[in-house]
Amino acid sequence: MQSMGAEGINRITRWGVVVFPGSNCDHDAVIALQQFCGQEAEEIWHCSETLPELDGIVLPGGFSYGDYLRSGAVARFAPVMNEVVNFAESGKVVMGICNGFQILTECGLLPGALGRNVGLRFICREVYLRVERSDTIFTKQLEVGQVLKIPIAHNEGNYYLPPAELEELEANGQVVFRYCDRMGRVTPESNPNGALNNIAGIINRAGNVLGMMPHPERRCDALLGSPDGRGIFSSAIHHITENWPCPAARRK
Amino acid sequence: MKVTVIVRLKPAILDPQGKTIQHSLEQMGFSEVKDVRIGKIIELNVEGEDEPTVRARAEEFSHKLLANPLMESFEIAVDGR
Repeated sequence: MQSMGAEGINRITRWGVVVFPGSNCDHDAVIALQQFCGQEAEEIWHCSETLPELDGIVLPGGFSYGDYLRSGAVARFAPVMNEVVNFAESGKVVMGICNGFQILTECGLLPGALGRNVGLRFICREVYLRVERSDTIFTKQLEVGQVLKIPIAHNEGNYYLPPAELEELEANGQVVFRYCDRMGRVTPESNPNGALNNIAGIINRAGNVLGMMPHPERRCDALLGSPDGRGIFSSAIHHITENWPCPAARRK
Repeated sequence: MKVTVIVRLKPAILDPQGKTIQHSLEQMGFSEVKDVRIGKIIELNVEGEDEPTVRARAEEFSHKLLANPLMESFEIAVDGR
């Protein structure tokens, strides 16, 4: 088993990956955590009204409820979401990837909304991301200005926030990843979907909830293109083991 | 009662669909069309006799689910009014 993400940690963390009808990156997230980060991960069905003892939750990519109405709009009211919100509000780690990011904005754990891509196309390709901060839960093992090559695959990734709130988001340092070119320059040409300020990923004020449109779980091993996504998971894993050295008790 | 909810993108929000339709209309010779905005009409059959109650409940569910208040506005008609 490859477990490079597990280097230097004092225990194995336990993750839940929520499965909505229409999720399609759930298995990738489980495999990324288990196989490439050496952690425990299990799937959590969207109808669950309770959660097992977990250290972190991933809301995976896909098309929950067929993306009907708006991406993430229906998933946000799934029974499991009450517990996900409580989990996030208790300070535990929550990551929303692609559709997961859309769900996090719909349920209010993250600010903003993700509208239709400017070019009206579903975009599925590699993009470059500039790491904006290296002092967050999700980027501790990365460097400011580091460029990650990670794919996007979405139709609604056009991040929007009204001007005053956007200014606040930036002032608070909540933007963690921006679309950039291969040299790390944040340019209009490197913005694939029209997202304001080239925003690809943000955190909440408390810093324990991350939403990002690109798919780090698809880039956890060099064999799959690049290992650039793994640093995001391993940062979160290190954060958890440093702050919660004892494993969460297993639910009877 | 019949409840109709019209959901519109707020004016500040870019509407790439509308823009595409406008370009298409222009190419077809309808160059008088200067702006196109695309929204949604949602029709609901709602139990209840009391119009103000039905309307108030519709306001509530529209705000919670049918529209995203950050990007969209909505308008409610109950039995056509």
